[in-house]
Amino acid sequence: MRNLLTFFRKHQFFSLFIILEIISVVMLMNSFSYQRMLSFNAASDISGDVFNTYHKMTDYFDLKEKNQQLLEENGRLFNMLLTYTLAPDSSFSEKKVASFQYIPAIVIRNTMNHVNNYIVLNKGKKQGIQKEMGVLSSKGIAGIIIGVSQNYSLAMSLLNTHTHISARIKKNHQLVNVIWGKKQGRQGEVVDISAHIQLNRGDTIITSGNSFIFPAGINIGTIGNFEKSKNHNLNKAGLDFSTDFNSLHYVYIIKSLDKKEQMKLLEDAKNE
Amino acid sequence: MNNVYLKNIIRFVLLILFQILVLDTVQFGGYIIPYVYLLFILLLPLDTNKSLLLLLAFFTGLSIDFFENTLGLHAAAVVFMAFARPGVIKFYFPTLEHTRGEEPGLSKLGIAGFLKYSFTLVFLDQFLLSFLEVFSLQDFLQTLSHVLINALFTTLGILITVMLFTPQRSKRKR
Repeated sequence: MRNLLTFFRKHQFFSLFIILEIISVVMLMNSFSYQRMLSFNAASDISGDVFNTYHKMTDYFDLKEKNQQLLEENGRLFNMLLTYTLAPDSSFSEKKVASFQYIPAIVIRNTMNHVNNYIVLNKGKKQGIQKEMGVLSSKGIAGIIIGVSQNYSLAMSLLNTHTHISARIKKNHQLVNVIWGKKQGRQGEVVDISAHIQLNRGDTIITSGNSFIFPAGINIGTIGNFEKSKNHNLNKAGLDFSTDFNSLHYVYIIKSLDKKEQMKLLEDAKNE
Repeated sequence: MNNVYLKNIIRFVLLILFQILVLDTVQFGGYIIPYVYLLFILLLPLDTNKSLLLLLAFFTGLSIDFFENTLGLHAAAVVFMAFARPGVIKFYFPTLEHTRGEEPGLSKLGIAGFLKYSFTLVFLDQFLLSFLEVFSLQDFLQTLSHVLINALFTTLGILITVMLFTPQRSKRKR
C-alpha cells in the first residue's frame, strides 16, 4: 500500500491522467445503448435555460420561414377537414375516442452534425411530458423523448445511432425497421426488408404502431435508393426522412393516452 | 495574479457558450464542427501546475458534455490533450522561457509556432474524440480523414478567434 502511495506521488501527473480517463469512459458507458440512455436522465433545467435564453434572442431571424411552415401546415389541415365534412354522415355516427394527444412544443436547440443528435424542447414534467413519448414535426416523425426536467425535455433526433423504429411499407403493409448511421448523412436506412418485396424510389414508409411511442400510419420518409442484394435474405434501402431537420422549429410531442392500459394487458398476458 | 484568474474564467465562460450555442448547431457543410473551446486549454499559462491542467481540462470537457448530452466523451478527449500539452511544448520549443503567468499565445510562439502547437494538440483531441464516438475501428480510414478535416477546421477557427482577440499593439511588436 505504501509503495502504491509513493508511486502515485512520484507519478502524480500520469496517475491523475489515468484516473480521469477511467472516470470519463465509465460515464461514457451510459450512452452506449438506448436503454442505458433512457435510465440516465440527461435533461436539466440549467442547460435548458441557457438554450432557451439564446433561442429567445435569435428567435426572430427565421420568423418568415416559420410562418411559411405554419401556413402550409394549416392549409394541409384545412384540406383534411374539408374531406371529412364532405363525407357521408355515417362516418360521424361513431365517435372514436382519441387514444393519442398532441402537445405542441418549441425546438430550442437542434443539432445535426454529431454522431448522436439531440433536440431540446421547451416542455417538461410540468406539462406532463414523460420519457419515451414520440416527437412529430408537421411532416413526419422527428424523434423520441429520452429525458425530462421540470421545464424542458430532451429528445433523441432520428439522426441518432440509437434510432431503431418499427415501420411499415405503406403500399403493402410489410413490417420493416428504420435505423440511422452517421455514414448515411441526412438519410436513414430501412432494414429487414424481406427478400420477396420489390420497392421503388418514392415508396412511403410509415410508422407501424407496434410500439407505444408513435401512433400507426405517420410518415417516416420515402425510399431513396433500393438495391436487392443477391446473398442476403433481408434487403436494405435508403430512406429520405419526411422531417426536414434543417428547419425544425415547432414540433408536437405525442402522448399515448392508453399506454398504461396496453402495458398492463401485455404484462397480464405474460403472467398467464 | 488575480488578473490571470479572472481572464481565464471569463475566457472559459465565453468559449463554452460560443461552442454550445453557435458552433455546435451552425452548418458548415458535412460533419464539420470546429471545437474552438479547446483554445481555453491551449492558452492556459505556461507555468500552470500539470495536475491542475488535467483537472481544468476534465472540468472543461465535462461542461461541454453536459450541454451536448455526451457525458464523458469530451472529458476523455480534452484530458488526453491536456496530458500531451507539456510534452508537445517541450518538443516544439525546447528552449522556451516564460515569465510568470505567460500564455503560449500567438504573440509568444509566433504564427507558425502557434499553428503547429495548436494543430498537434487539436488533432490528438479529435483523434480520441472521433474514435470514442463511433467506438469501433470499422471504417478506420474514413474516421481518420474526418479527424484530419475537423482538426484543420478547428485549428483555423482557433486561429481566427485568437487573431480577433489579440490587440493590434502586441501583433506589431513581434
